[in-house]
Amino acid sequence: MSLEKFVENALSSWMNAEGPEIDIVLSSRIRLARNFKDFTFPTSFSNEEAKEIIELVKKRTEEEVTPEIGKLELLEIDQLQPLEKRVLVEKHLISPHLVEDSAKSACLLSENEEISIMINEEDHLRIQCLMSGLQLKETLKIANVLDDWIEESIDYAYDEERGYLTSCPTNVGTGLRASVMMHLPGLVLTQQMNNIIPAINQLGLVVRGIYGEGSQALGNIFQISNQITLGKSERDIVEDLTSVVQQIIAQERSARDALARTSHIQLEDRIFRSYGILSNARIIETKEAATCISDVRLGIDLGYIKNISKSILNELMILTQPGFLQKYAGGPLRPHERDIRRAALIRERLNFTEPSSS
Amino acid sequence: MEKKTEVMICEKCAQEKGEMFMEAGGPGFSINNLLAGLLNMESNIQQTKANAFPKTEERRCPHCHRSYKEFVHIGKFGCAECYKTFNEQLNPILKRVHSGNTAHIGKIPKRIGGTIYLRKQILDLKEVLKVHIDQEEFEKAAEVRDKVRSLEKRYDAQEGGEEL
Repeated sequence: MSLEKFVENALSSWMNAEGPEIDIVLSSRIRLARNFKDFTFPTSFSNEEAKEIIELVKKRTEEEVTPEIGKLELLEIDQLQPLEKRVLVEKHLISPHLVEDSAKSACLLSENEEISIMINEEDHLRIQCLMSGLQLKETLKIANVLDDWIEESIDYAYDEERGYLTSCPTNVGTGLRASVMMHLPGLVLTQQMNNIIPAINQLGLVVRGIYGEGSQALGNIFQISNQITLGKSERDIVEDLTSVVQQIIAQERSARDALARTSHIQLEDRIFRSYGILSNARIIETKEAATCISDVRLGIDLGYIKNISKSILNELMILTQPGFLQKYAGGPLRPHERDIRRAALIRERLNFTEPSSS
Repeated sequence: MEKKTEVMICEKCAQEKGEMFMEAGGPGFSINNLLAGLLNMESNIQQTKANAFPKTEERRCPHCHRSYKEFVHIGKFGCAECYKTFNEQLNPILKRVHSGNTAHIGKIPKRIGGTIYLRKQILDLKEVLKVHIDQEEFEKAAEVRDKVRSLEKRYDAQEGGEEL
């Protein structure tokens, strides 16, 4: 296991694996915010404290977590090249915020990239677990194992009344943010997202476009997460989110059915036009690529396009970002050059097999 | 303190830069901005109420020296001690952010939380004990009393630094 592997490999295990409801839910993520007792929070700590915290965690990681999880790899952010940092961000393994103050930060990654623990981001620890499809409960279980494992040797900042103390009071209590990434082209095409978003917000949940804002999400990908971390148990937070997600899945399925029934030829036309663009374009911008990739993925889910892997959306979404494109090119690229490189990469990935119309 | 940097870029680069910031919690408008707004409102209300006391704004955390004013500005605490220092101001903020909740009811850390967990159990059982005595259910009361005693023994042992 090495840094090269994390940077060179485009696919993390959550993108390959076939989790439950994978046609609509791309991934489930759990994040636990934790701080160490008697240390100042990262918003105001000294370099010495930051180093001490990294050392404490480093010592803990000399042992394996459990036989299944194995050992975690520690990466110190200031040892990384700018492009390497960017690639880790694009793979969602670390946040842009962690990179900003890289002299004080580090991260721990598991071999399969399901686990990433950010050290000295907004809180001392951000334990993150990511799995494919809708599996919030299972993901929470792994996060709890990691949490208990760290707590065996390090004291957390915990208050009987307020729970786990965090830098920002929006995370206090459980420190838990559960989120699910969903591909919702049916709801966007039938213009239902504008009604659904306020309804979800009223339940204490947040919806955001993963590569954009609000209902104008790039590639029809939305992230839904809990807002409330205090006064609700971890189990309730995860169960409530899961039940809302299941309702959205049902609505997305019925929107897709309705589209296929009432506008079959228009839908088929749209999907194959997008397929045509992706397999022939010589220059393509992120936005257009995202739209077309979403269409093709819908075409695969509905059976219009066969012989292309379902993970194509996940894979291309990651691969066509600037950091990855430059990693592949072996050096920096100007935006215009990236668009050319992006088009070439997509053609290469799609032309493994020719599609057959149904 | 967080630094702010201003960059002038063309639309094209903004788009490219935008791709970098797709992660939740990245720069741009976030819950922290909203929170800072809420906190500002809160401190204004506090000010008009309590003019006789030293200004809330100027109170500082003894551990990390962050002032309430700084907290309001950044929307983040400097250390765990801040939760105690600004406890008075905290409830209305937490209620707003966590839809009326101010107390944690989730996970308790296994090791350091051991005594907290025991203490909660003992307090709960003592309540049960009281009910039994009031209703003259003495056999049940005796059972509960024994449980409380054994838990209290464990509690004393843990407080003394011994592992179970």
